[in-house]
Amino acid sequence: MSSAQLQSHPIPIGMPTAPSFVGGIARFARREFRDALASKWFILYTMAFTVLAVGVSFLSLSGVGSHGFAGFGRTAAGLLNLIMLVVPLMALTAGAGSIAGERERGTLLYMLSQPVSRSQVLLGKYFGLAVALICSLCIGFGISAGVLAWRAGGAGVFDFLMLIGLTALLAIAMLSVGFLISVVSRRTSVATGVALFVWLTLVFVSDLGLMASSVIFKLHVQEIFGLASINPLQCFKMAVIVSMNASLDVLGPVGAYASQTLGSALPWVLVSTLIAWTIAPLGVAIFLFTRRGTV
Amino acid sequence: MIHSANITKRFGKMQAVSDVSFALEAGGSVALWGSNGAGKTTLIRCLLGVIRHRGRVTMNGIDVRRRGRHARALVGYVPQELAFHDDARLGSAMMFFAKLRGVDRAQAARALDAVGLTGHERKRVRDLSGGMKQRLALAVALLSDPPLIILDEPTSNLDAAGRGEVVLTLQQLREAGKTLLFASHRPDEVISLADRVLVLERGQLERDTTPAELWPTEKPVQVVRLYLSMASETDAADALRSAGHAVHLNGHGLCVAVARDRKAEPIIALARHHIEVRDIEVLDDVRLPEASQ
Repeated sequence: MSSAQLQSHPIPIGMPTAPSFVGGIARFARREFRDALASKWFILYTMAFTVLAVGVSFLSLSGVGSHGFAGFGRTAAGLLNLIMLVVPLMALTAGAGSIAGERERGTLLYMLSQPVSRSQVLLGKYFGLAVALICSLCIGFGISAGVLAWRAGGAGVFDFLMLIGLTALLAIAMLSVGFLISVVSRRTSVATGVALFVWLTLVFVSDLGLMASSVIFKLHVQEIFGLASINPLQCFKMAVIVSMNASLDVLGPVGAYASQTLGSALPWVLVSTLIAWTIAPLGVAIFLFTRRGTV
Repeated sequence: MIHSANITKRFGKMQAVSDVSFALEAGGSVALWGSNGAGKTTLIRCLLGVIRHRGRVTMNGIDVRRRGRHARALVGYVPQELAFHDDARLGSAMMFFAKLRGVDRAQAARALDAVGLTGHERKRVRDLSGGMKQRLALAVALLSDPPLIILDEPTSNLDAAGRGEVVLTLQQLREAGKTLLFASHRPDEVISLADRVLVLERGQLERDTTPAELWPTEKPVQVVRLYLSMASETDAADALRSAGHAVHLNGHGLCVAVARDRKAEPIIALARHHIEVRDIEVLDDVRLPEASQ
């Protein structure tokens, strides 16, 4: 680094400025997306989801013989339980590792010392990861759809598209929860542990808890429906069933109650709940991250 | 350029920075001097607005708390060690920060060239040496030609040659009219780069002085840095002071000022007190820190 080198590169005159709010978010999102594509978790989750989705597709087709009727619709139903297990796990752990990981590596401080705000950093990382997650899901769904189209034709393709849309919504809702966990955790291991606990609670404990509560406390159907609606995974499940059958009667009295009471508003209520699960945790995460006194 | 008023930062019960006020005019150069835990790094983070604190900081009249990202646009920050994703390649890391600061590819290439990193763009950050990382951090700091450069012990991880290069670059930046604020543990750096020294101890601003006052020029000496076990540093400092040596205790060993032909004296003095010296480093020529005698 010689003086000649420095002097041969005169620095332009004028005060540097910060990027626009959206521009700063876009730059972080792009970088986060690229990093996610290159990361092992993305490749591993994408491969796992793809293999499982294709496996379920083949199983669904084998159940209907070679006629192939309702191939997409039947597969969508078969994928439902797989999605409820895998997608929240993917999104929660990815979100949980985001801010906490940067903090642990010491890179967060360096990022925040740049001309960006904390909310730009968080939103940029969120959008980048959300797009990466949706891409990962689309790869799995896409290959699965290819198998179905090849073997069974295009019957029930709308159900399948609805499933993809609702799965993307579930993924970004769980990503928001993961970000909230990440913001309040100082270490990645703690964040991941909490994320796994939340996943376990949403997937297993809430179902069992609801069943136990309904027996012990003799809950009414409306109360059971209300409690089930709080769980984003149950909301997702009901929304997918509604989108395929237009009725929740398959879920028994609670489903019948929901169909009769809410009628045509039911899908909107369920989707709105999922949207609320996306916005509220993300909003709280932004609030806490910007209010936090340390890095 | 910087006006800070009553900066106070507390971590739980620990007062990291306590009521620090100072002003730094454009084109000036200020060194933050003090032992480890004195509050230098915390003060820098408060100035950058990356941690919440009490008090007010403005940069060029811009309130750091209210308009942090606009204030930080005026600052090039060099941390103690560059913290960036290890998997990223040097070129893409540079371009990320270039885009963030609205700088084009050509300017980014010029900044890399200015710190001698041209040709290393394909290397991953994890494969860079400490010196190269430090130069990359300096290149990022200079990307948008900010008027203010803040450095947190910029040479702490460098060898003598690397230190010399960084100090030379910073001298050139000073000559080019940049405002510098840096934390350092090395008297030679402070003397060659700063026109003021803020001496911090336990988070408080003890003195706002000049290098000439802190290290008067009447007695040319060499500074020897002694590396001891942490437990014996305080006893060693007392023993050396009682033997008539000028001692400065900071987090990187004991700095002892000695005559050029008496460099073994502090070691002998410590041996009398059964204090073992693990290693020794002779720093560049500096002046005796009379105030610490």
